[in-house]
Amino acid sequence: MNDTGRFSARDTQEDQVAVTRSGKVRVAALVTGAGLLLTACGGAKVGETGGTASAGGSKGCGTFNLAVNPWVGYEANAAVIAHVAEKQLGCKVVKKDLKEEVAWQGFATGEVDAIVENWAHDDLKKKYIDDQKVAVSAGPTGNKGVIGWYVAPWMAKKYPDITDGKNLNKYASLFKTSESDGKGQLLDGDPSFVTNDAALVKNLKLDYKVVYAGSETALITAFRQSEKQQKPVIGYFYEPQWFLSEVKLVKVNLPPYTEGCDADPAKVACDYPPYELDKIVSKKFADSGSPAYTLVKNFTWTNDDQNLVAKYIAEDKMSADEAAAKWVADNPDKVKAWLPTS
Amino acid sequence: MTAPSVAERSAPDTDVPPILSVRELWKVFGPKAESVVGSSLSRKELKEQSGCVAAVRDVSFEVRRGEVFVVMGLSGSGKSTLVRCLTRLIEPTAGEILLDGEDVRKADERRLRELRRHRMAMVFQHFGLLPHRCVLDNVAFGLEIRGVAKQDRYARAREVVGLVGLNGFENSYPDQLSGGMQQRVGLARALAADPEVLLFDEPFSALDPLIRREMQNEVIRLHQEVGKTMIFITHDLSEALKLGDRILIMRDGEVVQVGTPDQVVGAPADDYVRDFVSDVPRSHVLTLRWVMRPPQPGEPLDGPELGPDVVIRDAVHAVLSAERPVRVTDGGQLLGVVTSAEILEVIAGKAEG
Amino acid sequence: MTALSATRGVAARLPARRYLIALALAVWAAGWALLRGHDTFALGGAELTPLHGALNEAMDAVDDSRNSNPLFLYFINYIRLFIDQAVTAVQALISQPALGRPVPVLGWLGVTGLATAVALLYGNRKVALLTAAGFLSFGALGLWQESMDTLALTLTAVALSLAVGIPLGIWAGLSDRFNRLVTPVLDFMQTMPTFVYLAPLTLFFLIGPASATVATMIYAIPPAIRITAHGIRQVSSDTLEAGTSLGATPAQALRHVRLPMAKQTIIVGVNQTIMAALSMATIAALIDAPGLGQTVLKALQTLDVGTAFNAGLAIVIMAVVLDRVTSAASRRVEVQRRAGRLRTTRGRRLEVAGVLGVAGVLAYLSYTYVWAAEFPVAANAGPYVRRAADAASQWVQDSLVAYTDAVKNLLTNQFLNRLEALLTGTPWWLVTIVAVVLALLVGSVRAALVTAAGLLLLVLLGLWQDSMVTLASTIVATVLVMLLGVVAGVWIGRSDRADTVLRPVLDAGQTMPAFVYLVPILGLFGATRFTAIIAAVVFAAPVAIKLVAEGIRGVSPTTVEAATSAGASTWQLISKVQLPMARSAVTLAASQGLIYVLSMVVVGGLVGAGALGYDVVAGFSQHQLRGKGLAAGLAIVVLGIVLDRVMRAATQRADVAAHGGPHHK
Repeated sequence: MNDTGRFSARDTQEDQVAVTRSGKVRVAALVTGAGLLLTACGGAKVGETGGTASAGGSKGCGTFNLAVNPWVGYEANAAVIAHVAEKQLGCKVVKKDLKEEVAWQGFATGEVDAIVENWAHDDLKKKYIDDQKVAVSAGPTGNKGVIGWYVAPWMAKKYPDITDGKNLNKYASLFKTSESDGKGQLLDGDPSFVTNDAALVKNLKLDYKVVYAGSETALITAFRQSEKQQKPVIGYFYEPQWFLSEVKLVKVNLPPYTEGCDADPAKVACDYPPYELDKIVSKKFADSGSPAYTLVKNFTWTNDDQNLVAKYIAEDKMSADEAAAKWVADNPDKVKAWLPTS
Repeated sequence: MTAPSVAERSAPDTDVPPILSVRELWKVFGPKAESVVGSSLSRKELKEQSGCVAAVRDVSFEVRRGEVFVVMGLSGSGKSTLVRCLTRLIEPTAGEILLDGEDVRKADERRLRELRRHRMAMVFQHFGLLPHRCVLDNVAFGLEIRGVAKQDRYARAREVVGLVGLNGFENSYPDQLSGGMQQRVGLARALAADPEVLLFDEPFSALDPLIRREMQNEVIRLHQEVGKTMIFITHDLSEALKLGDRILIMRDGEVVQVGTPDQVVGAPADDYVRDFVSDVPRSHVLTLRWVMRPPQPGEPLDGPELGPDVVIRDAVHAVLSAERPVRVTDGGQLLGVVTSAEILEVIAGKAEG
Repeated sequence: MTALSATRGVAARLPARRYLIALALAVWAAGWALLRGHDTFALGGAELTPLHGALNEAMDAVDDSRNSNPLFLYFINYIRLFIDQAVTAVQALISQPALGRPVPVLGWLGVTGLATAVALLYGNRKVALLTAAGFLSFGALGLWQESMDTLALTLTAVALSLAVGIPLGIWAGLSDRFNRLVTPVLDFMQTMPTFVYLAPLTLFFLIGPASATVATMIYAIPPAIRITAHGIRQVSSDTLEAGTSLGATPAQALRHVRLPMAKQTIIVGVNQTIMAALSMATIAALIDAPGLGQTVLKALQTLDVGTAFNAGLAIVIMAVVLDRVTSAASRRVEVQRRAGRLRTTRGRRLEVAGVLGVAGVLAYLSYTYVWAAEFPVAANAGPYVRRAADAASQWVQDSLVAYTDAVKNLLTNQFLNRLEALLTGTPWWLVTIVAVVLALLVGSVRAALVTAAGLLLLVLLGLWQDSMVTLASTIVATVLVMLLGVVAGVWIGRSDRADTVLRPVLDAGQTMPAFVYLVPILGLFGATRFTAIIAAVVFAAPVAIKLVAEGIRGVSPTTVEAATSAGASTWQLISKVQLPMARSAVTLAASQGLIYVLSMVVVGGLVGAGALGYDVVAGFSQHQLRGKGLAAGLAIVVLGIVLDRVMRAATQRADVAAHGGPHHK
């Protein structure tokens, strides 16, 4: 609504063409004239009342192109940053809904200024930060990413020792499905994540088969049904994630991660490393001196913060902006620390 | 039957050069069509040996100015291909087509188009009307594409519409008209260009018998009124006999016989034609020339006089009511006599044998 | 050859062929038992072949050359700018704030008025009413702006598609050579899964409206070209000949004869183009295309079925409105022609002026007044729809899951797993040999050659095993589609009542974005291959059903009457008269069904199908997998071409056999 002045002025002509095409301008004009008389007392005029638009003062900040990757946790980060940038820095924020890969491309083309929750992606970092030099890191978000294998809470309660990876073979038959060839099924695969699960199963000598669920949606549905119907499911998941505030999945512990134990993807036999989620910005944006860049750079918060905003969005069905506004109102001190000190 | 001393029926002037003359025309469909030209193999043999179909084989004929020339044959005889070759709607494989001495086959695109626009127009079996145009626009179509100004072409179109009896239907659309009416539109469209030659490709075979007869009469009337040369394709013998000044009979792409209606009926060239014409009421076609005989000695020669080209049917009353043999004379010269015996023989259908 | 010996020849060949087919299958089964697991080219989810790496690098190279390559500088970048401008202009008109105003040029009242006017002038009163109701419902669902964004993108893409497609279609209609050249390209464009070119397109056209429009065009141009060409071709040769005989130049014949006579068919092409564009405009949300697709995708992240359904409903309504209006316009052309109504009567002029006048007034109001510019918030019924859909989805998931699980297990274990084991467990060379032999036996030499080339290509693409898994699911889904297609198609074809009741359901099945119903289906069947199959069936069955119904309805009433008067029972009538006579329609339904199933392979990858679908999805999401994703997309096309050609050859052979055997050779 606040994108004032974003579009060119060519449209009135098109409007005109649609009317004159019949070649009956005169009649149309007559009818229009009659219409004008009839509706002379029509109510509030567009632009007369400032009710619909107020922002758009782009002093010092200008346009801030913020990529929004398709998961709720990211959306929470983006919502809060966008809210602060708009309301407190006077930026014009353009959110772009993009997959990660596509968003990174945006650095090269100038379409994207910032990605505000990045999960590793060493290959993309190499390409766009080291090789093309069109992007730079803007430090961690403060969120700790955990990746691993999870089960629904009822399972952890009923089979307490299932959370130890060593016992997985004991329960393999529980997880048998039509997809798993008589073995236990390990539900894998949000396609956005690189996983070592196939190698892990092999190297840990587990009697499981990796089945690709194919999307976050599919994984969440599986866990939700698992909890609801007491149906055994084990699968790949991660936190922070809004769904954990609905069903508190329990992580299964594999042999702990040590530095370099995942160096060779084919021989990996340890748990996933903890991720330090970070922010990436385009080089141009970083050099622009925009207050929005400072905001992005200073932005950090905790997993709980993010899960809360994510819950507002996902479960309480607030709009991203409402959710952000609520959290910002409740946490003025945290927000203050992110703002440029001038 | 006695072979008559065939004289020409009173036909258009023979001294004037023909308007259209076709020489050794071939149309072969299939691979390497040219190599087949001149072959004497039968159609079937040709098909088996070369994979080619010779639709038109070595056809030659001449059409005189003002004549109604009918090409007749059963389906598959090549008659429709032949008529399309004349304006090169189908490209002939070999031969000559001379329109007023100009070889149509040598015309380039532009010249050919000129020829189609001004000199030869065609009427089609399935009418070929434009469904999205009203009658007047259909009739004016030929004029429109040759660039005649709107007012002029509508004036001409109205004139022709009147000529074919479609007054009052100018603004109707083809879908709203009966088959016969649609063909009148087709006819008007062809006439509109005022061509020298009108080509008819089985124009009435899709129509009901009653309508067909009406349309045939219409063609006769038009021929009398505008005097165009007409080449008329049909598979219907009675239509051919009714309309044709001369008839060309085709079979398997070849010419079997060319002649006037009474020649075709009276002196079939072979068994094929004979079979064809066997059901024709001969008295309707043959003239006195075909039945007269030399007067026998002692026969009285003071009976009534009739011309040799009087059709038998029209002479029946005169001959039967005369008490003496009827004399057949031409310009005062006695050609022969006819009595009720000869007439009855024809009517009874025993003429053959 | 005489008819007698021909019949004997076929009779002598038939049983032998049947034995040979059985023999080939037996060899396969034996090979599977003996050689299980050898030479099967299993490739893990993240494993790559050198080819995939090379594709990755090729795409990187494109990426890097964007600001240096003249192709980009002088060509692609201009196209991008042009398309972006075009979309932006339409958006400014109807969906996005423009001209320094807080609202677009036209508000809801103006757009609804104009759309209704167009429907009234080109269609009829009924569709005008439908249009008004449809547009108002966008507002009532609380999705006015999103709907207008989708409409803006769709209309721009359609306009550009037609600007390119109709001339090409005319060319293809006039030139056999061009037609032969373009047909395989169109096949390719239509079978290539959207996801595969979505990401690479952003390499060329960047993120945003331009890429989205081009993606939509790739999908929407083929029907425009095909149907235009068909329309040009089907113009009666009699009429054309008449034109030529009057001395029309080719250009005149085109302008005065072919185009006017093909007009109605071309409008059908416009209709198909619009439908294709609309379905693609939703998916293009993945590369930041604005509109309803965004709403659906966002809702999917939180498994918010209600919101997704609400937006899906708006898409269905838009599809139905656009479909009915263009169909009515096409029918109007025909009716007008038959009625012979004159084009420029006074009445018509007044009607046009009056309707446009009223629409103009509404447009002016919506330009000037806030109440006519912004849809009243109070009228938002979206939340009710959302809650109802949520409740329905919950109920379905909770109460049916016991049965659906059983069905899933039965079908998966009995059919899918066995077929898949056979395809994936046998050495690739044996599968290839058997497939080629079968293609030869049921189809033709040419089909066998295509099969051989296709299967070898799958090996080269490094995706043999994944292709076989996908093939198994595809076959099962196509069989289910055809079962449904024949049963429901016969029913609808025979009963007008069934037609009236089911057609809207079929329309919805075809146009509702698959993402909307994935969540409830996932709830019922879990993340399994079977879920993917069900999603494909939901999408593909409506087309098959419609085509079969069309065929049944097309059977000559005289024949049906003759059979009835001979005392045929209903069952005999269906099985001995109607179905056999509608065979070409059934064949068409099968091949279309197959293409639709294949186009859902990727969506299947999102819900547990794994294999090629997952490869494509992962390629879309992960940088290092995009080469593999591209290869997987190609593999899907290859599968489509092979299956299609074999199926066509088999039908042709059956047709020849039915008509007295081959007369040549």
